[in-house]
Amino acid sequence: MSPNESAPQSPYGRFLEHCARGELAFQRSRSGKALFYPRLVDPESGDAPEWAVSSGLGTVHAVTVVHQKDVKPFALALVDLDEGFRMMSRVDSDTPDAIGIGARVKVGFRSLAEGQPALPVFTVEGAAS
Amino acid sequence: MSVTRGSVAIVGAAESDLGRVPDHTTPIDLMAQSAARALKQCGLSVKDVDGLFAATSQVRMATLSLAEYLGVKPKYFDGTNIGGSSFMTHLAHAHAAIEAGLCSVAVIAYGSTQRSVSRAAASPREYNAYETPYQPILPTSAYALATSRHMHQYGTTREQLAEVAVAARQWALLNPKAWEKEPLTVDQVLSARMISSPLTVRDCCLVTDGGGALVVVSAERARDLDVKPVYVLGHGEALGHNSISNMEDLTVTAAAQSGPKAFAMSGLKPSDIDVSILYDAFTINPILFLEDLGYCAKGEGGAFVSGGRIAPGGDFALNTNGGGLSYCHPGMYGMLGMIEAVDQLRGASGKRQVKNAHRALVHGNGGVLSSQCTVVFGSADTL
Repeated sequence: MSPNESAPQSPYGRFLEHCARGELAFQRSRSGKALFYPRLVDPESGDAPEWAVSSGLGTVHAVTVVHQKDVKPFALALVDLDEGFRMMSRVDSDTPDAIGIGARVKVGFRSLAEGQPALPVFTVEGAAS
Repeated sequence: MSVTRGSVAIVGAAESDLGRVPDHTTPIDLMAQSAARALKQCGLSVKDVDGLFAATSQVRMATLSLAEYLGVKPKYFDGTNIGGSSFMTHLAHAHAAIEAGLCSVAVIAYGSTQRSVSRAAASPREYNAYETPYQPILPTSAYALATSRHMHQYGTTREQLAEVAVAARQWALLNPKAWEKEPLTVDQVLSARMISSPLTVRDCCLVTDGGGALVVVSAERARDLDVKPVYVLGHGEALGHNSISNMEDLTVTAAAQSGPKAFAMSGLKPSDIDVSILYDAFTINPILFLEDLGYCAKGEGGAFVSGGRIAPGGDFALNTNGGGLSYCHPGMYGMLGMIEAVDQLRGASGKRQVKNAHRALVHGNGGVLSSQCTVVFGSADTL
């Protein structure tokens, strides 16, 4: 390690390491506010943010069914995690058009394309509220 | 310190060739073509230009490329690129530069050949480790997510969205330069190919080539030129998020900041505006901007655009050139919106001319509802 390599890992590198363990990692600012995507610097304090692991439970905030050539339509969503951060992901379902805003979802991990690492994707836990 | 209402004017505003240009035409060709046309309108030439502003998705250093092409050594230049609203920002910055004496004749230019070379080649998207793997169709899926939220919170319907596309088409049929030449119905919009629900291909802007340019000088200098100047009464610029995952509220854009700034500077309010050009990359956009700019309350944009109100003959003149949906959309449409506003205030809009148009508002959008910039123009009698 060269003297300049003070951070042993990038934020995304650490995020992926958590994913490999089946954990959805996020960060907190000094005030305790949830921060996502993971960053090297906490915009509030200028220091490194604290890492934390999410319960993996959340609510669909917005959703669209994406239609691509030669791909089965899938639900792409913005999910609000219970810890107070929002992320883009998929909600895996055989009936993507039935995924509604307000649906409770739970995280799982899978690779979305050959050669890609496992990433957080969601499935529906309860009916839309 | 701020710049002064009406202290600069547009004295040239011209489109380049639009639609599908001959193979191997470059974005800079189109910038230069429109700049030359705009300069001719006011009897100026390239040798008078000492301020240069340019952006496009296809050229990394557009001001350098355009300066080289035209042989201009500008005293002041700015290549800010915040997407489709870049040119409104350029105008605001040109206003400040001219007022500060940093330049006297500013050209703002845009060019794109995205239809010729394909969107993927013209506007490659940056890899975002937290979005790209999920395979959104960007920018469409981002706008679709915002639309889903607006429908959920405010009951906005797909039919109301379709009305935006239908009205744009009706205006386009009055514009000989528009890409689309056939009528469009609400049913056709609803039954068109789904791209990213609830948006069908008819809820999405065109993919065309095209460009445009503005010439900006001080109001004093404008009066010496043989042209009807269009005065810059106000502007406001605002940055929101970069990626849709980070948009604070999917139903409120940064137009809620840029609009009030522009109105405050101009001393006008929404009901004073005769022509409104609101960047219609997708049918949800004008609905959001009507709300955020204060033409109607939040959540009422869907009702606002209904019943033919924004179509020719309706009581609200919106996107009178046919917009990005039906006239021309080379990728960063803001420039073309400003040209339409200037033409309307010059009385140069032919069959689509809005009667007694003295005050126009143009709103630019960039990225995925990301950057929002608003400009208010006025004819001489509004000073």
